Amino acid sequence: MDLMEYQAKTVFAKHGVGTTVGEVVTTPEDARAAAEKLGGGTVVVKAQVLTGGRGKAGGVKLAANPDEAEERAREILGLDIKGHIVKTLNIVPAAAIAEEYYFSFLIDRANRNYLCIASAAGGMEIEEVAHTNPDAVAKISIDPATGVDEAKAREIATQAGYPADIIDAVAPEIVKLYGVFLSEDATLVEVNPLVKLKDGRVEALDGKVSLDENADFRHPEHADFADTSAADPLEAAAKAKGLNYVKLDGSVGIIGNGAGLVMSTLDVVAYAGEEFGGQKPANFLDIGGGASAEVMANGLEIIISDPQVKSVFVNVFGGITACDAVANGIVQAFELLAARGEAVSKPLVVRLDGNNAEEGRRILDEAGLAGLERVDTMDGAAKRAAELAAK
Amino acid sequence: MSIFLTKDSKVIVQGMTGSEGTKHTTRMLASGTNIVGGVNPRKAGTSQDFDGTAVPVFGTVADAVAQTGANVSVIFVPPKFTKDAVLEAVAAEVPLVVVITEGVPVHDTAAFFAAAQASGKTRIIGPNCPGIITPGESNAGIIPADIAGQGRIGLVSKSGTLTYQMMYELRDFGFSTAIGIGGDPIIGTTHIDALQAFQDDPDTDAIVMIGEIGGDAEERAAAFIKDHVTKPVVGYVAGFTAPEGKTMGHAGAIVSGSSGTAAAKQEALEAVGVKVGKTPTETANLMREIMENLAK
Repeated sequence: MDLMEYQAKTVFAKHGVGTTVGEVVTTPEDARAAAEKLGGGTVVVKAQVLTGGRGKAGGVKLAANPDEAEERAREILGLDIKGHIVKTLNIVPAAAIAEEYYFSFLIDRANRNYLCIASAAGGMEIEEVAHTNPDAVAKISIDPATGVDEAKAREIATQAGYPADIIDAVAPEIVKLYGVFLSEDATLVEVNPLVKLKDGRVEALDGKVSLDENADFRHPEHADFADTSAADPLEAAAKAKGLNYVKLDGSVGIIGNGAGLVMSTLDVVAYAGEEFGGQKPANFLDIGGGASAEVMANGLEIIISDPQVKSVFVNVFGGITACDAVANGIVQAFELLAARGEAVSKPLVVRLDGNNAEEGRRILDEAGLAGLERVDTMDGAAKRAAELAAK
Repeated sequence: MSIFLTKDSKVIVQGMTGSEGTKHTTRMLASGTNIVGGVNPRKAGTSQDFDGTAVPVFGTVADAVAQTGANVSVIFVPPKFTKDAVLEAVAAEVPLVVVITEGVPVHDTAAFFAAAQASGKTRIIGPNCPGIITPGESNAGIIPADIAGQGRIGLVSKSGTLTYQMMYELRDFGFSTAIGIGGDPIIGTTHIDALQAFQDDPDTDAIVMIGEIGGDAEERAAAFIKDHVTKPVVGYVAGFTAPEGKTMGHAGAIVSGSSGTAAAKQEALEAVGVKVGKTPTETANLMREIMENLAK
């Protein structure tokens, strides 16, 4: 789960990292009140969206007084920044910045440990710097067994090329940021910019934090960070039913078992759909290993309630799950949905293969469900589903 | 022959007495795996019956190893307890630890992987993976043993169900070993580790490699293939149309220097001569052609 800036700074503050959380508002009037509360001086009005490039998109603006704060808030709220609509603002006192740096901790997939990336060249163009002047960006490997203590933090700060006069101030902040990374189960902690203020203090002026949802069991408080307002209504309905569903823009509804197979199914449908006017998958839905009738019914219900869906492709490879169980699940799902008054009205293409496939196919054939077609190869079934969607 | 797992492997199961552990221990035994024990401190000294086979339960991994000579552990314990379970197996110097558990916090994986690296005695496969099967010899994990038999194709895959699908497509040829490495950010055995092992395995003639969007493991595997793999490799990458993952910050892009897209992975693989199929079936057909040519 990705945190917004104010949430990241809240987490930083909890661990004693120098930062200014400021005020969080959702209306222009509250932005004015926040600016007044902060002393009535110059503030920065910052869009809270889960994407980069906010500054360039006009999502971060200075306001000299509360009147201006309200005005700037009015301009920024509702902005579309790379598909993210601004609903929340963070109001912070303008900082007297002397210098800006870049700092992050992240999971290093290649070396299977942690990586610290740090550079004295901070600000928005760090990727550009990494590309054009890689020597200016220090990459320091961190051994999870030993972590980051004060000595390691000093080594990092020196390698990053941070000025000598801030090492004493920045090293403890680095240790605390490592604390955030480890004890909050973050997969990314990024501070850009990390700033030296004119009074010599070091502060995290902005923050990006990604939390590992696998670790939610030891962080019940992380649930408060979830942005439920942003979710698509179908995704929200699916989540309430415990389904692993992602809404997409196409016309072929997809149900499959196993994330890899479902992802592959999306590709195969998009590939087959090229022949039929560019039909594309309408969703990702992984019903997992145990495809019970109820899970199948819930999944089908979500998918057929998507008005964009013109046909449905159920793609199951029976590995541990037996195909006869899946077939029974489909038959019962049809009955369940009819009982709920949601009878399946869209054409359904089913491909069952693997464990007990013959029996599964026989069950489907005998049930003679209206609108259901059985195609026994993945590519063939994808083609048929795309063809039906184009009708 | 095979990689990592053979008929001589002596397997213990951590979490054997739980529901998943029980179900899959039954299946592993049925496929001929030599399961020599389970681990559960609360049931030490007892034994559990699996369709007529009594498997002893030990209090610790160290006990199990000392008394049975076990050299493989398969882990089914819940995510909360996975780190401690793997650390226990690493401390007992079990040479191969297969972590099936899904949902392990990545910092826990980082910690147990670091411990395994430091000891230098343990190879970890997973977490969040279907395990490894050497058909006809041994099966450590949850890959259904009846999909395909013994043969001369090596398979390495990030995805469980795509592993099954590919084994099914190529069941007339069979496999030396099929290994599901999992798709978590940190995994104990990578595509590269498996490619190296298959390259060195005299009983593997050709390799199928299945990847997915995210990270740059496939790109790194491509670079490895170029320099170190002379056997034919066929690839498949899932996720061309997957929704673009929310990427935050700049750090990920700086590290990998790659976008992590399926297209980038395909391009990297094709650039080093790996044939990449558009669908699992097309990929299987590419391998079929290679195997038929090798047989000539």
